[in-house]
Amino acid sequence: MAERERSHTRPLGGVFVAHSQVLDAPAVQRALTRMAHEVVERNGGVEGIVLVGLQTGGVPLATRMAEALRQIERADIELGSLDVAFYRDDIGLRPVLPEAVTDIQGDLTGKVVVLVDDVLFTGRTIRAALNALNDFGRARSVQLAVMIDRGHRELPIRPDFVGKNLPTRREEMVDVGDDGVWIGTLEDK
Amino acid sequence: MTRPHHLLSVADLGIDGIAEVLRVAEAFAEVERRSMPKVPTLRGKVVATLFFEESTRTRLSFETAAKRLSADVLSLAVANSSVKKGESLRDTVETVEAMGIDALIVRHASSGAPHQVARWVTRARVINAGDGWHEHPTQALLDCFTVRQVLAERKGAAPEELGIDCFEGLRVLIVGDIRHSRVARSEILAYTALGAHVTLAAPGSLLPPSLEGWPVTVAPDFDAALAGADVVSLLRLQSERGSGSFVPSLREYTAGWGLTARRVALLSDDAIVTHPGPMVRGVEIASDVADLPRTVVTQQVTNGVAVRMAILFLLLGGEWPGGVPHG
Repeated sequence: MAERERSHTRPLGGVFVAHSQVLDAPAVQRALTRMAHEVVERNGGVEGIVLVGLQTGGVPLATRMAEALRQIERADIELGSLDVAFYRDDIGLRPVLPEAVTDIQGDLTGKVVVLVDDVLFTGRTIRAALNALNDFGRARSVQLAVMIDRGHRELPIRPDFVGKNLPTRREEMVDVGDDGVWIGTLEDK
Repeated sequence: MTRPHHLLSVADLGIDGIAEVLRVAEAFAEVERRSMPKVPTLRGKVVATLFFEESTRTRLSFETAAKRLSADVLSLAVANSSVKKGESLRDTVETVEAMGIDALIVRHASSGAPHQVARWVTRARVINAGDGWHEHPTQALLDCFTVRQVLAERKGAAPEELGIDCFEGLRVLIVGDIRHSRVARSEILAYTALGAHVTLAAPGSLLPPSLEGWPVTVAPDFDAALAGADVVSLLRLQSERGSGSFVPSLREYTAGWGLTARRVALLSDDAIVTHPGPMVRGVEIASDVADLPRTVVTQQVTNGVAVRMAILFLLLGGEWPGGVPHG
């Protein structure tokens, strides 16, 4: 059974213990390529699109999706990353620390922002991300792409592009890494 | 790392704590660079500045930091307060805390006053904004932050990529009124914790009576020390603490220990000059030297806001309940 440190559980200091594999690495790549095609289809191209990966799990996926879009449309894709720690609604309730420095170049006013994250769960991270994006201008629209939608939403948020819908139990965890997608639990160190 | 309740001394943080402050401050420095440099992080929190001693930049910097975090800010102007009617520090603190204030930022002419305040409060966090000759921890942290920023810029790297390794073996020369300087004490703690070598240069009368146990050396030759320094930290003569009587005259002090154009020529090309402000041009630093690109006083002031945002966020941002699943 694979056992590895899950980087973004750092504030809690737990260890992710994987139980079973949901997608292997090629399946993740195929899902990303399909989602990239869906982004192009929905927006009639990539004009004005900015991909914004959420720290930390969404950032590598956004980078890979930008590469897929480049290959499909033969055009440069604007890419950014966003850390939502300062916008979370649970500051003071649980350990909240920024993981990385936000990198969004320029004003988002009039742009089509595609938020990219690895796992959509309660929706609270996305709520925080929507607030954060506001501070960078008034985007024409914001769309959401996630590799895994695991349910258990606590806010009225739904994704526009999904790699895989994955029914889970609340206490389970989903890890998206270079070697694919795993389902498991977070154990104490 | 366990979060300290208060920031009274750099020693409260330890090396991991300093590294964490520098890391989190980078994220706030990005917020500062935005066209709308404000985040909702500490909405509903109340921060009070209690300055029993004059200050321009530190008070403004803390208040700006708190406002950029969306906290409410109250500032007690001691000159117009009940302190003037004879109210004790303890009663002032208890009154302020009874109003539901979450953080008290305290500056006081007496060394140890913020430590006393921290013993009296029941719930509020206390931040030392300078106490007598003792410590000024946020100044030392922003100095480290600024030095790392300059080192990163030269390497073409992001400061957070350098971590704290860039301080290992760094040669820091602290010059001037070390005896009366709280900045010097905090800088010595911070720089040495990060692995830098700290040397002091000052006339004997402006060195502390004893340096026993301090992890520093005293430069036998000021000019030679300047030639070997990576960072030169200049201090102001603390005339309000009576420094004037420790030197024969300001002109002699400048001749012996001021960073003049002649001495700047001794520095290596890469040496960085810091000053906590306020600078007295023509005394500890020549006016032309103050305006050189290697003198990073303005960056220090800008970074002060980001570092203080990080301190407020780390102290007020919450407890460690543990075991809550990741959202």
